[in-house]
Amino acid sequence: MEQLIQQIINGISLGSIYALIALGYTMVYGIIKLINFAHCDIYMIGAYIGYVCMSKLGLGFLPSLLASMLFCTVLGITIERIAYRPLRNATRIAALITAIGVSLFLEYTTMFFASANVRTYPSMTGFMAKTYKIGDIVISTQQILIAVITVILMVLLQVIVKKTKIGKAMRAVSMDKDAAELMGINVDTTISFTFALGSALAGAAGILVGIYYNSINPLMGVLPGLKAFVAAVFGGIGIIPGAMLGGYVIGIIEVFVSGYGYSMYRDAVVFAILILILIVRPAGLLGKNTGEKV
Amino acid sequence: MLEINNLNVHFGVIHALKGISLTVNDGEIVTLIGANGAGKTTTLRTISGLKKPTSGDIILNGENITGMSAQQRVNKGISHAPEGRRVFPAMTVLENLEMGAYLRKDKPEIARDLKMVYDLFPVLSDRQKQPAGTLSGGEQQMLAIGRALMSRPKILLLDEPSMGLAPLLVQEIFNIIRGVNKAGTTVLLVEQNAMMALQIAHRAYVMETGSIVLHGTGEELLQSDQVKKAYLGG
Repeated sequence: MEQLIQQIINGISLGSIYALIALGYTMVYGIIKLINFAHCDIYMIGAYIGYVCMSKLGLGFLPSLLASMLFCTVLGITIERIAYRPLRNATRIAALITAIGVSLFLEYTTMFFASANVRTYPSMTGFMAKTYKIGDIVISTQQILIAVITVILMVLLQVIVKKTKIGKAMRAVSMDKDAAELMGINVDTTISFTFALGSALAGAAGILVGIYYNSINPLMGVLPGLKAFVAAVFGGIGIIPGAMLGGYVIGIIEVFVSGYGYSMYRDAVVFAILILILIVRPAGLLGKNTGEKV
Repeated sequence: MLEINNLNVHFGVIHALKGISLTVNDGEIVTLIGANGAGKTTTLRTISGLKKPTSGDIILNGENITGMSAQQRVNKGISHAPEGRRVFPAMTVLENLEMGAYLRKDKPEIARDLKMVYDLFPVLSDRQKQPAGTLSGGEQQMLAIGRALMSRPKILLLDEPSMGLAPLLVQEIFNIIRGVNKAGTTVLLVEQNAMMALQIAHRAYVMETGSIVLHGTGEELLQSDQVKKAYLGG
């Protein structure tokens, strides 16, 4: 029983990271029907910005988190503006290939400047290094921090999407671009904003991973990126709560598989889930097909 | 109010609008009828800014709006209820109507227009909190028209409001269009249901494969042999 609870706690930490990344995939897909393969590298850059802030500049965790989110926001907007906007009316495959190109560009540019070596975050001290024991269950401050920050960001995101004008514009554009334009919504601005939100969340995920696992490298985004993508598909691509749910489910499953002695198979299991969901429920757990009304 | 001069639109190599010109005067209902593929929808989409013309001018109240974005045109008073209703399915009825007033900031006035739309379509008021995707076709059409009215347009472009609706509902929708017009909104109506459209229109244009082939008052066209043969089944 203790082990089960412990695994769930570990799973929530990992799942939070996946959920934060998955949100970016799903929002961008929702609005321009593009799987933004460069998204996982924004997460990686977020981790590097966090590293620079905490290791080199000696900033505390919260200022580093904000710096990382801010940098990624700007990066996301820039990528959309330079790489994707000119392809707005091109075929989807052209945009997809461009996304892969941007991904490689980010990975190898980071390698050029920061070298391919693994970098380590400063070891946490004081409050950040604390662990709490309840019976045999161990929870670290970092785990709590990851869970709490993720929940705060998700609530904020929900408020933005549901209550603000630009959030409603985002939903409108993702449902029907032409109709949104007829309402007077500036579609380009709305798309930029979507990239900004998704990238900020990825930046947060990057620095959270940094403090949790300590080591980062320029290719660290690839596998978590793919898994977060699986999470987004699992929940129903384009659906925001679906990405949150998918992230947690994939994270918890992965931790369970490794925790119960099959860690060799943890990646395989995640991708098996992708195959399964595509066969059984291609629209995702929360997705549904709606027909035309007469 | 609205003047279109020698408008040409291309989709790749296809010449969709071949130099059409038309006028809509203040307070009129003008209808554009014609077969499928004649270019009626393209005409509306070009007026509202969704499609860029290759040449020609669109003039609204003396101002050339040809180069403006769709957003600017909404601000200038053009509102377009597109073909196929195109309501936002996952948003509630209320949210859809709010989207119609997206560019407006005058909250008390928006509230008044919302009440006006609810008075016009009481069924929408009953379904405020319901996602638009769960409405029936007729209700969605009402929502599309209501949403278009929420920008408080000078001219309302309606594309096939009767499409896919039961005859009784068609009658109701047309009564409402007439009511909206009486209340002061100019209407440019695209319809396949030529009979109904001509009955409520002050003037009408007939389109065929990208050109305007005939125009006159609604009454005149109802009597025209050419129109009768081609569009009224007689």
